[in-house]
Amino acid sequence: MATALRLDLLPMRTDATIRAIDWASLGTADSRRLRNLGFDDGVAVQPLHAAPVSQDPIAVRVGRMTVAIRRAHARAMTVETN
Amino acid sequence: MNPMPLIAVVGNPNAGKSALFNMLTGARQKVGNYPGVTVERKAGRFSFPDGRPVELVDLPGSYSLDPASPDEAVTRDVVLGKQAGERLPDGLLVVLDATNLDNHLRFALELIDLGHPAVVALNMVDLARRDGLEISAERLSQALGVPVVETVAVRRIGKDAIAEALASEVLTRGEVKSTAPHDPRSLSTRARAIAATATLSQKPAAAAAGWLDRVALNPVAGPLIFAGIMFLMFQAVFAWSEAPVALIEGGLLAMQAGATSLLPDGVLRSLVVDGILGGVGAVVVFLPQILILFFFILLLEASGYMVRAAFLMDRLMARVGLSGHAFIPLLSSFACAIPGIMATRTIADPKDRLTTILIAPLMTCSARLPVYAVIIAAFIPATAVGPGIGLQGLVLFGLYAMGILGAMGVALILRRTVARGAKTGFMMEMPKYQIPRVGDIALGLWQRATIFLKRAGGIILVSTIVLWALLSFPQPKPGQSALDSSIAGKLATGLATVVEPIGFNREIALALIPAMAAREVAVSALATVYSIEETDEDKQSQGLIERLRGRWPLPTALAFLMWFVFAPQCLSTVAVTRRETNGWKWPAFMLAYLFGLAYLAAGATFWLATWAGL
Repeated sequence: MATALRLDLLPMRTDATIRAIDWASLGTADSRRLRNLGFDDGVAVQPLHAAPVSQDPIAVRVGRMTVAIRRAHARAMTVETN
Repeated sequence: MNPMPLIAVVGNPNAGKSALFNMLTGARQKVGNYPGVTVERKAGRFSFPDGRPVELVDLPGSYSLDPASPDEAVTRDVVLGKQAGERLPDGLLVVLDATNLDNHLRFALELIDLGHPAVVALNMVDLARRDGLEISAERLSQALGVPVVETVAVRRIGKDAIAEALASEVLTRGEVKSTAPHDPRSLSTRARAIAATATLSQKPAAAAAGWLDRVALNPVAGPLIFAGIMFLMFQAVFAWSEAPVALIEGGLLAMQAGATSLLPDGVLRSLVVDGILGGVGAVVVFLPQILILFFFILLLEASGYMVRAAFLMDRLMARVGLSGHAFIPLLSSFACAIPGIMATRTIADPKDRLTTILIAPLMTCSARLPVYAVIIAAFIPATAVGPGIGLQGLVLFGLYAMGILGAMGVALILRRTVARGAKTGFMMEMPKYQIPRVGDIALGLWQRATIFLKRAGGIILVSTIVLWALLSFPQPKPGQSALDSSIAGKLATGLATVVEPIGFNREIALALIPAMAAREVAVSALATVYSIEETDEDKQSQGLIERLRGRWPLPTALAFLMWFVFAPQCLSTVAVTRRETNGWKWPAFMLAYLFGLAYLAAGATFWLATWAGL
């Protein structure tokens, strides 16, 4: 069953699809860079790794690419588990 | 006559653009700079199948024509024909990572829409196959409307096909259309649709090799591996360089002996032996160490590990208000602050970038090594303080650590004062791991070596000769020391009053002046000063180390080391900071705060050491 939750709360190694991104809260510069790195509605994501100790930043697979982002940015994305 | 056609190589970061550029041009490359900006211009030659020469220029990797950094702005300006110092390219070679089509096609579409004659290099097709991806170059070509050539740049596959495709495209050159900026959403949608059309079959991406990251980013193993690599790197800089350094030293001694016997005693012999060979030689000796450091940095970048290191370091750097982005420029600064400061161009946040630029000179660059090595060899006994740990190595480690701690403290203060700004983020693509190609690493090292030797032959040679002249003239009257009578001696007497409180003597004051050109000149300057000052025939053959040992008290030597941890004795760093920050404000600030810190740190060391009775 599909559940909607924020990307920063998605457990590691869980396949999900981005349903909504709160671009307004991210600001133009960060939005553009996240788009450049492939974050967009409908894109498949999977959190792969978290940095030691603080668990922040996280490495996320976006499409076929792996991208490092901080949890603060992941918080702006709503995903749905597959 | 028409100039030869110019082809710009463009693509996303990590698409294998540089490897492709190396494949096409071989070692025939020229590294320069675009006027007014410090973005490197890398150009090379290759030829069309009919033998006509073509100029190829490698543009900085970008994600889009809407630039997020100064680097990306150059890429945009070149392809639009707006970059000073570059004509409008006659064609584009667009590099695509076959394993990452839906992401990389976005930029490719933007470029193709410009209307230049263009060829797409579908690179890394071998890795795509390994990941179970089957991509049709034919379908991709139909969808994009330009020829698509499969390449494996690291294995030199696809060179002839690229040459053929480029030749036929450039010959049928059309007018360049100017297009309105794209809506990023429609671009993404188009890119994904085209990627889906061109992809014949694929396995789920999760099947792609991810086990390396499971180890490298493991919460326990990851930091240990990182620490191990850093330790190995700095260990290697000293352990591996012993033999080649000895070889260069031997060669220099032989040359000095040869020159001494060939030239009659007098001004010319003094210039060649004391000035040129002694001065420049003292610096060239450190080429092996610099190259070893660059070897590791090139290896870490080419293999894909560098971004993992940045990932692991992000949190620590966040504590002082920076991000993992700053890690790569700062690590490069251990080799040299100039490429380090230039590498900050990839940092999008301006305050984050400014802080990184300002603290980059605190990373112990390779130019400090000659200074540290000579002083440590002269004053720190080679005793063991533990199994496998020597006192000399420990002192050196301490100097590196002082630089890092100093940088962290300064960053913390700057981010709360002059470089205050919003909390920065950390967003980075983590490239696939790759086994670096030996040829690409060798070419990178060769380029570093030539830059260093040109510097030794240029700025260092000139400052050494000027110093030698200032030291040698006017010639001393009988009974007067060479230093006392010389112009330089008189200059240094003035500066000496300023640095005497921190334990520096007049010879040091003298060496600090030309060392503004480059830190390592301090060594050659000291060598020249003491060599000219030496009147005792028996001691003429003494090396700098023996000479220093008899002349400096230990507190002075320690203060001298501490001075070089902080002092911004490098005009090139100041110049590059001025260019990167567009003005004199920040380089002036950098000079002031670093000299201030250097004076305080050297002074405190001298007073403490004297008080402790060392």
